[in-house]
Amino acid sequence: MSLLSVENVSVSYGKVEAVRGVSLSVEAGRVATVIGPNGAGKTTLLTAVMGLLPYKGRILYDGMDLSKLDVEARVERGLCLVPEKRELFSEMSVSDNLILGAYSRRDRNNVARDLDAVYDRFPRLRERRSQLAGTLSGGERQMLALGRALMTKPRLLMLDEPSLGLAPLIVREIFHVIGSLRDLGVSLLLVEQNARAALETADFGYVLETGELASAGPSKDLIHDPRLIATYLGEH
Amino acid sequence: MTLEIAAILGIDGVANGAIYILVAIGLVLIFTVTRVIFVPFGDIAAFTALTLAALENRQVPGTISLVIALAVIAALIEVVSLVRRGDLHAVPRALLFYLGLPLLVVALVRFGIGFELPMAARIALAILLVLPIAPLLDRIIFRPIADASVLLLLIVSVSLHFALSGLGLLFFGPEGVRTQPLTEAAFDVAGILISGQTILIVVTSVIFSIGLYLFFDYTLTGKALHATAVNRTGARLMGIRPARSGAIAYILGSLMAGTSGVLIAPVNTIFYDSGFLLGLKAFVGAIIGGLVGYPSTALGALFVGLLESFASFQSSALKEVIVFSLLIPILIWRSLASTHSEEDIEE
Repeated sequence: MSLLSVENVSVSYGKVEAVRGVSLSVEAGRVATVIGPNGAGKTTLLTAVMGLLPYKGRILYDGMDLSKLDVEARVERGLCLVPEKRELFSEMSVSDNLILGAYSRRDRNNVARDLDAVYDRFPRLRERRSQLAGTLSGGERQMLALGRALMTKPRLLMLDEPSLGLAPLIVREIFHVIGSLRDLGVSLLLVEQNARAALETADFGYVLETGELASAGPSKDLIHDPRLIATYLGEH
Repeated sequence: MTLEIAAILGIDGVANGAIYILVAIGLVLIFTVTRVIFVPFGDIAAFTALTLAALENRQVPGTISLVIALAVIAALIEVVSLVRRGDLHAVPRALLFYLGLPLLVVALVRFGIGFELPMAARIALAILLVLPIAPLLDRIIFRPIADASVLLLLIVSVSLHFALSGLGLLFFGPEGVRTQPLTEAAFDVAGILISGQTILIVVTSVIFSIGLYLFFDYTLTGKALHATAVNRTGARLMGIRPARSGAIAYILGSLMAGTSGVLIAPVNTIFYDSGFLLGLKAFVGAIIGGLVGYPSTALGALFVGLLESFASFQSSALKEVIVFSLLIPILIWRSLASTHSEEDIEE
């Protein structure tokens, strides 16, 4: 059974329909990606799944209709979004940011252990744990956003443009970490403009164009699709 | 002005300032978490004093009717909104918080009136009875417009103050009250008499400031409140409910306002509308501190207290004018000195 299934979902900003009748699913333990150009509605879709925007259609998570749950209740059930703007607590320390990631968890006894695990995954964060989040570099901020999301103990982690604005070397590091999250049993929904890196990480891909699904398929097929190569991927 | 007079004015000013610190920090706490400049805050302080005076005379304080009325309205609103959303299993919990707890406090106070209580117990009951007012008002008035602009929230907040002082007149009547002194002790320090009351005020203010610092730095709830103030969306994404943070901020703030009411009532005659000036002066202090940090707010409030004390020596009639005129140069200075970050503009 799919962990997340989005069924015929539309999202509007006033009269403008940014997402139209999109259906997609994320299987448990798998990585799915949504690629597409700027303004295709990728961020809007994630924001709606998280509950920050009203939508039409149906979104099922673990077989449960999400429409009655607010953002906080979705977080309690293991849904987590790392937004494009990261939304860190910039005037608070790195360690406070991470500790707050575990705010809604019931298993308080495991929090210290998980904090250690996040520091092991991102040694840079351990070095800077007492520094204010606002003083971190772009790459470190993304690591903190990812670390904070992991502290929520997500079952489905949604990442919006994790590579945006980062140096190529850091992008590689971030994607390496994203790939390794699979081992934790976390399912991922990844939204990216960096289509090649996203498809190389994901099992399944969706292409969104002007609010509608243009194509979908296993990543290894999409990566060889001549039309996608021409528009998004370029020659390797 | 001799040195001795300056010292006396200084001590007086510090005591005033310490009161303003309590109210100003509460104001900043509520503002940063909810973006509401809670103008009726001074009213909460005045209502505490009036409640305490009624308890001393073993009368039923008007606060009881006020709390019951607010609790019933808030519970109705909450239940209707839950039923509309189809969230029926949350109804008992909502009834407990919005109706059960306030009524429990009311029952406790009502029961307490029957006995000759010691002063500490009376004070505790008075503060306890006032605590639900601000969170209930938040639920009734501010929660439905939580996403409105700061200006709109401020306008609503000002009108709420006028509504509350009207209710104050209705529930407490027009008579002023003065409560029993908290302590008769006085100390002679280098020829200057310092009253125990003054020392009590300053010590209480220091204890609250330190307590708040510890709360924000060492508890998860405190950090969650801070996080809500820093970034609401970020907080929601971590499962922190802004509405809950707001309620905690209102309760904590009311605790501070209530305490300040208890501290000033023995030395000032308090009327149903006395809270306004207190709140406004604390607000000036908070503005001087930039409405953000707690240490800067405390310094701002202390400055207002000292200024008021020295101004009243120069010209008692003009002391309010001097304190409030201070706002103009300070706002000009702040608007010139503050740099707008990119994030501020985005919002």
